[in-house]
Amino acid sequence: MTALAARLGSPRQALLAVAAPILGILAWHVATSGPGYHLIPPPWDVAVQWWDLAFGGIWDDLYSATLGTHALASVMRVYGGFALAALVALPMGMLIGRIPVVRDLLDPSLQILRPIPVTAWLPLAMIVFGIGPRSAFFLVFLGAFYPILLNTIFGVRSVEGRLFEAAAMLGVSRQAVFWKVVLPASLPSIFTGLRLGLGFAWVVIVVGEMTGVQTGLGAIIMEARQLSRTEIVISGMVTIGVLGFLSDRAVQLLGRRLLRWSPQHG
Amino acid sequence: MGETMLAPTPAPGPAAETMLPILDIRHVGKRFAFGGETITALSDASLRIERGEFICLIGPSGCGKSTLLRMVAGFETASEGQLLMWGKPVAGPGPDRGMVFQDYGLFPWLTVSQNIAFGPIARGRPKSEAAATARRFVEMVGLTRFADAYPHQLSGGMKQRVAIARVLANDAEVVLMDEPFGALDAMTRERLQEELLEIWAKARLSIIFVTHAIEEAILLADRVVVMSPGPGRIIADERIALPRPRDPTGVEFNALRRHLSGLLGSLH
Ligand SMILES: Nc1ncnc2c1ncn2[C@@H]1O[C@H](COP(=O)(O)OP(=O)(O)OP(=O)(O)O)[C@@H](O)[C@H]1O
Ligand SMILES: [Mg+2]
Repeated sequence: MTALAARLGSPRQALLAVAAPILGILAWHVATSGPGYHLIPPPWDVAVQWWDLAFGGIWDDLYSATLGTHALASVMRVYGGFALAALVALPMGMLIGRIPVVRDLLDPSLQILRPIPVTAWLPLAMIVFGIGPRSAFFLVFLGAFYPILLNTIFGVRSVEGRLFEAAAMLGVSRQAVFWKVVLPASLPSIFTGLRLGLGFAWVVIVVGEMTGVQTGLGAIIMEARQLSRTEIVISGMVTIGVLGFLSDRAVQLLGRRLLRWSPQHG
Repeated sequence: MGETMLAPTPAPGPAAETMLPILDIRHVGKRFAFGGETITALSDASLRIERGEFICLIGPSGCGKSTLLRMVAGFETASEGQLLMWGKPVAGPGPDRGMVFQDYGLFPWLTVSQNIAFGPIARGRPKSEAAATARRFVEMVGLTRFADAYPHQLSGGMKQRVAIARVLANDAEVVLMDEPFGALDAMTRERLQEELLEIWAKARLSIIFVTHAIEEAILLADRVVVMSPGPGRIIADERIALPRPRDPTGVEFNALRRHLSGLLGSLH
């Protein structure tokens, strides 16, 4: 009970958490509502636009009631790219972390590729994968890949030596050490990597969807910018923020369940 | 490889026991390469330990106590000499020699009972049997209420109990303890000393117990082995014939304390 309450936060915490956004929206309102200001729409206009984008019934234009489609497309790409990144980065990180030959083979190349920002990959991705969802998928994959890889390597490399001694002393065979010691001991780091990776996937999605896809939150943001429909741009931004936040919360809850034993996560 | 060392199967009969010591440490030395130099951590150490004996190792810091213990555990190999258990050379770590680390070395992702069941499961015992064993040893060390707690939720003394229980649950015949109570407060330490003596007597364990405290050594040991540094050597092996429970304020106890203090004091 108390643990649950602590997780949901005290009323005071909740109040503080919403205080900053409310102040922000107020400031936004004051700054944009004056006569003669047209660059950025005031919050109420954005709210109306968001409602129309989500449910329709107000403007009834090309964008009305399309938010679900776009959000779903983005969510699929985010989770798809993330899942593929995890599928590649987890085993790769474990091999690099545990096997010196693999480390010597792959680590230098990966370290050189790492500083190249995802945006710099964009043109190349479009040449290789063409204009469309596959480029977006690839960029999301790339964005999620490194945090997962690096944290997995770190996790499997930083297992306390004492635990290997304890396992050997208790009769764990060499082959079993990985499953019995290395993997569980590195779960907190691996988990941190997954959480960061998913966060990056959400960050990258807009860039990914600039590659000329038809659907997706990034796609409507770019399209609306060209049409000067700034309300739609902001609506898309807010939606990405909320979805990213919710997905991070879900992962965090999962982590708390799985890593109850870890003082940092439990 | 480990299989042959799990236990002298079947347990050696009385005849075998009277002939073979459980541990025979013969002229063992250990050198470490450190930077460009070679450090001699231990030189020509010999020690015979009979089954059921409680040995305390004392000596100044750096005299090679941990090194000796780690060689018996199989974590380090001897640079010279031989380590024999039931007459067979020690070749790597194994469950017949359980180590209780000063920093516990518990698996943080396992509960108390899972930590204790870890060894039996690793050695292929059925889950149900391992669980029953764990329950028995959880009770033995008085942690029933904490059976499902994780290590980070336990006090130092409780963690040390788990560390002891897990080597006992794994049928260790030799228990190696490297300053196991060093980090505990005086009261917890005293209680654990008593409990350890009880368990030792019940299970016919052979124990090598490293400590800095002369009083602890006299309180616990059948034999106190004194070491000196530079290079590490064994300089004395005193039999403590006092009946247990021992009274630290007794006359003989104090005579022994003076004697051992003198031995250690002369090393500086
Ligand atoms: N892995 C190692 N590499 C190099 N030197 C080592 C290593 N392990 C131990 N030594 C050296 O061997 C000597 C004995 O160390 P050891 O840890 O056995 O001493 P100790 O008697 O246990 O000391 P303490 O009472 O402080 O625990 C020391 O000089 C130490 O520096
Ligand atoms: Mg030591």
